[in-house]
Amino acid sequence: MNPVRKRRLVLVTTLLAGSALVIGLVLLGLRENINMFYLPSQVNNGEAPHERSIRAGGMVLEGSWQRDAMLSTFVLTDRQGAEFTVRYEGILPDLFREGQGVIVEGTLGNDGVFGAREVLAKHDENYMPPELAGMHLERPG
Amino acid sequence: MTVELGHFAIILAFVMAIGMAVIGLFGRMRLFAGTVRTLPFLVAGQFVLTALAFAMLMLAFAEDDFSVLYVSQHSNSLLPFAYKLSAVWGGHEGSFLLWVLIMAVWMLAVTLRSRHLPPLFRQHVIGVMALMNTGFLAFLIFTSNPFTRAVPFVPSEGVDLNPLLQDFGLIVHPPMLYVGYVGFSVAFSFAIAALLSGRLDAAWARWSRPWTNVAWAFLTVGIALGSWWAYYELGWGGWWFWDPVENASFMPWIVGTALIHSLAATEKRGIFKSWTLLLAIAAFSLSLLGAFIVRSGVLTSVHAFAVDPERGTFILIFLVLVVGGSLTLYGIRAWQLGSRSAFSVLSRDAFILGNNILLVVSLAVVLLGTLAPLGYEAVTGDKLSVGKPYFNLFFVPLMLLLSLLLVFAPLVNWKRTDTSRIIQGLRWPFLLGGIVGLSMVFTFFDTLSWSRVAAWFAVIIAVLVTTGHVMDLVRRVKGGHTPSLAYAGMFIAHLGFAMSMVGVALTEELSSEKDLAMRPGDTVERSGRQIRFVSIEDVKGPNYTARAGHFVVTEDGREYVLWPEKRQYVSGGNLMTEAAIEWGFLRDLYISLGEPLGEPAGSEGWAVRVHIKPFVRWIWFGSIFMGLGGGLAVLDRRYRRVRERESRELLAGSMPAS
Repeated sequence: MNPVRKRRLVLVTTLLAGSALVIGLVLLGLRENINMFYLPSQVNNGEAPHERSIRAGGMVLEGSWQRDAMLSTFVLTDRQGAEFTVRYEGILPDLFREGQGVIVEGTLGNDGVFGAREVLAKHDENYMPPELAGMHLERPG
Repeated sequence: MTVELGHFAIILAFVMAIGMAVIGLFGRMRLFAGTVRTLPFLVAGQFVLTALAFAMLMLAFAEDDFSVLYVSQHSNSLLPFAYKLSAVWGGHEGSFLLWVLIMAVWMLAVTLRSRHLPPLFRQHVIGVMALMNTGFLAFLIFTSNPFTRAVPFVPSEGVDLNPLLQDFGLIVHPPMLYVGYVGFSVAFSFAIAALLSGRLDAAWARWSRPWTNVAWAFLTVGIALGSWWAYYELGWGGWWFWDPVENASFMPWIVGTALIHSLAATEKRGIFKSWTLLLAIAAFSLSLLGAFIVRSGVLTSVHAFAVDPERGTFILIFLVLVVGGSLTLYGIRAWQLGSRSAFSVLSRDAFILGNNILLVVSLAVVLLGTLAPLGYEAVTGDKLSVGKPYFNLFFVPLMLLLSLLLVFAPLVNWKRTDTSRIIQGLRWPFLLGGIVGLSMVFTFFDTLSWSRVAAWFAVIIAVLVTTGHVMDLVRRVKGGHTPSLAYAGMFIAHLGFAMSMVGVALTEELSSEKDLAMRPGDTVERSGRQIRFVSIEDVKGPNYTARAGHFVVTEDGREYVLWPEKRQYVSGGNLMTEAAIEWGFLRDLYISLGEPLGEPAGSEGWAVRVHIKPFVRWIWFGSIFMGLGGGLAVLDRRYRRVRERESRELLAGSMPAS
């Protein structure tokens, strides 16, 4: 092999190996650090893992929201029988209302209560989080 | 009639863009003989027409012409006048018109300041830019026309501009950002012109360097402004969310940063030629990818533009054509480039290579993290989100390594550097860095975590960078050299980077955030500050009513008042949270009101969030220094001299030897 070709081969091989290494590491990091999204039915039937950071969403069940100082608890439902309780300490987003679709991020405890680090209810009154679009919710009223 | 005039102008500009693309790229063919001379006039004409269209839309906003659909959706007669004007780019259609206008300005600037370039090369540059603008204008006219009339049912009142956008941030952030985004099309066009004309020596790098620097500087400041705006306007104290749209602006920045460094190496040493070409193509392609992410609505984001699949498809096709076309051309031409030049490990060449590798890896991290939810959903149908933990896991070590390279920046020479010089140059920085690091140990490590250690290193490295650069400056001045503007630009930008890094590290590590239930009359203490909630007042603004909390803070014997608000805009829509911030060079105190706790029953008073954010301003000040540095380097006399010399050579009929 002539020296120019050899140089090029070495360069290309190094580049390929380097890229493979980087992408592999990044994908590994991704796997450890993603939040999968679950619907209330999946939380109920045990598809959602416990004690691991996940996202879940549903509609805030009317009459379920209770608050003691900064600690709120409420129930998220898909209006088709599946529901779970969420506990959250802190300020709720401006658009948090009973009957609204929200997304919570946090961990599902072994007691079945979702401990939320963050509650998302974005944009405006007409906004439906795309994640919940598949739920075919019937709006109340 | 005004908007019809605008509409007509933009269509004419579109036709001109097509003409310029054809003439610019095929002007040598006999068919188009003699037309090349018209190019500068077409460029000027396109600029005038686009500016006219823009002015007409602005006029429609100023006059509250709600018969224009776009105006009626993004304005309201009660809107303060300044926001009526900035509302022009407050929505998808108008912001894209701004994009097109900025493209026309860039084309005009390039045309005016490229007379010293070889005619064929210049013609190709204009042709490629015109081709890009043809795509943009087609997108504007066929999918996103801001001039559409709402007939026959003309609304008597406008919907209103999203309250989040009724802010100084909207006036400055998008224009700056777009100047940066679109500016990368210049580097792209120079690269494509170099490939087309076969002029693959270092000359194109010299020509495109100032343009790339300016675009990069604007993008830097634009991103910083966006971050600052999100910080004070979204109301909850975050300065970066790794949101897909933020990432969309960050990716071209990362590649742009790599590009301005590798351009330097290509210009000065003739190395990394094909690599630099690739980066120039990538920077602009990522700007387009950003536009796709923002405007197609494929990814969930807080930056909500109206979702329209047709627009997404258009941009995606355009993106594929641009990337595919330029990479094909690159594949055909760039392999001829053999840049053979040896350099030692301790050389500026090698450190720029290191900088580029780290930045490209960072790009891969952001790109994969941003697109992963999309890919995953396409494959499995399930949804997932990628958040801060993922990005921090990679970004923190990558940026620490990158900044470590920066320590050597003033010390290393092109090609090779004596080890003794480096050891000598590092002595004082390391001594000072060591002292700072050690003195921090006892106070800084009240909690021990990886992120704490990383922040500690970040501060130490920032000290190393600063000391190293300052000592180099002193050495130069003592040695009788007056530093050039290019050197000054580098100096300021590097120190700005160090400053931002300290800001990020300390804000992330030392911020305290607490949600409290407070009743009027309550006082809380946060790290030595007394915060008294005096009362809740009703406030009336021009187009909103608000409930404002009256807070009195006592800090170091000084008293000041803060008024966080909850706003309800007259036009309807959501309740808005307006934070109140007492800003300082060393810390911000940030109060925002949550909701009244009366609902549901069980509690009373208000939810109040109190942030203390040390060094948060450093993030933005540092970025502004980076931008200033990038801009300053362009003013260096060197570029003017080169331009003059090349003009003379061109006039003398001899091409510059390179």
